[in-house]
Amino acid sequence: MNLRKIRLALWGAVGLAAIASGALYLQSRQQSSAPAVIGSLQPEFDLPDTNGKQRTSAEFRGKYLLVFFGFTNCPDVCPTTMTEVADVMDALGADAARVQPIFISIDPVRDTELGLGEYVGMFHPSILGLAGSEAQTKAAAESFRIHFSREADPNAPDGYTMSHSPALYLVGPDGEWLRQYGYGTPAAEITQDLQERL
Amino acid sequence: MKTLLYSVPFLLIASSAIAGSCPQWTVGDLVIDAAWSKATIGDARPGIIYFTVTNTGAEADNLTGIATPAAEMPMLHETVVTDGIASMPHAPAIPVPANGSVSLAPGGYHGMLMGLTAALAKGDTFPATLTFERAGTVEIEVAVEALTAREPTCRQDAS
Repeated sequence: MNLRKIRLALWGAVGLAAIASGALYLQSRQQSSAPAVIGSLQPEFDLPDTNGKQRTSAEFRGKYLLVFFGFTNCPDVCPTTMTEVADVMDALGADAARVQPIFISIDPVRDTELGLGEYVGMFHPSILGLAGSEAQTKAAAESFRIHFSREADPNAPDGYTMSHSPALYLVGPDGEWLRQYGYGTPAAEITQDLQERL
Repeated sequence: MKTLLYSVPFLLIASSAIAGSCPQWTVGDLVIDAAWSKATIGDARPGIIYFTVTNTGAEADNLTGIATPAAEMPMLHETVVTDGIASMPHAPAIPVPANGSVSLAPGGYHGMLMGLTAALAKGDTFPATLTFERAGTVEIEVAVEALTAREPTCRQDAS
């Protein structure tokens, strides 16, 4: 073995080490900053229902959840969507037993005063209304990755209104995020999509 | 020809009686049609008004105001979804295009009735006064439908 061969072997080792450390670096980077795969997102909530009983996403395993974040003082978007949900539940027939529609209040203090249970019940008896503390509501919204905010509006009732993500969110029987139905998706389209899954 | 002319009003009356056409109101070149509202649970939450305005004239107009004894503060609004967030800004002037129409309907423009003077029940009607920039004001009668209605139960004419 001459010096030239030793030098080559050493340079080769350096090269391999560089490749190996680069690969390790890339792998660690991917692990730390890779976006969560949609299928692995597990949206959660822990909120009281209108009877004061604490309800969590975990208790609904085995069912599909159709979740909406809204407020009962909302005259257009929320009743329109709740009407769609009611139509979907009626159209599903016996399969409706495997779907739980949920209305999570983003305006919980006022909605509780106004009567959330009565409101959701007017649309469909199966809809579960949940209204918790500010922290519980925020945690649920963050878990579903949705946005809501309270906006001062001197012309609105009580001087404020809410802006919010108006879609319906579908959570699967293992608690996994499945998809959203954008605002205005016709009930027939939602029904068909659910029937294919049920 | 004379027979035909006589029969036209008869046919119009007959068709509206059979199909239950929505009542219409006219001011200038504008025809207001399909005016409806939704029943409310009590009087604490805002109510809503929807209707369609058809402009048969060659000049565009703007709907600028709404008044009704049914609410202390009625206001024109528009539901807007921007970047996935729904909000409901005040609509100070809703354009009524020349030879066209604009619909106040779920998910878009609507009259929001804040401070209801009484709960609205299915089957009720209440008056509302609309103000247009050019055409002036017109009083209409709004029919209250079920809370879960998507459209008025009367038949909307394609005017």
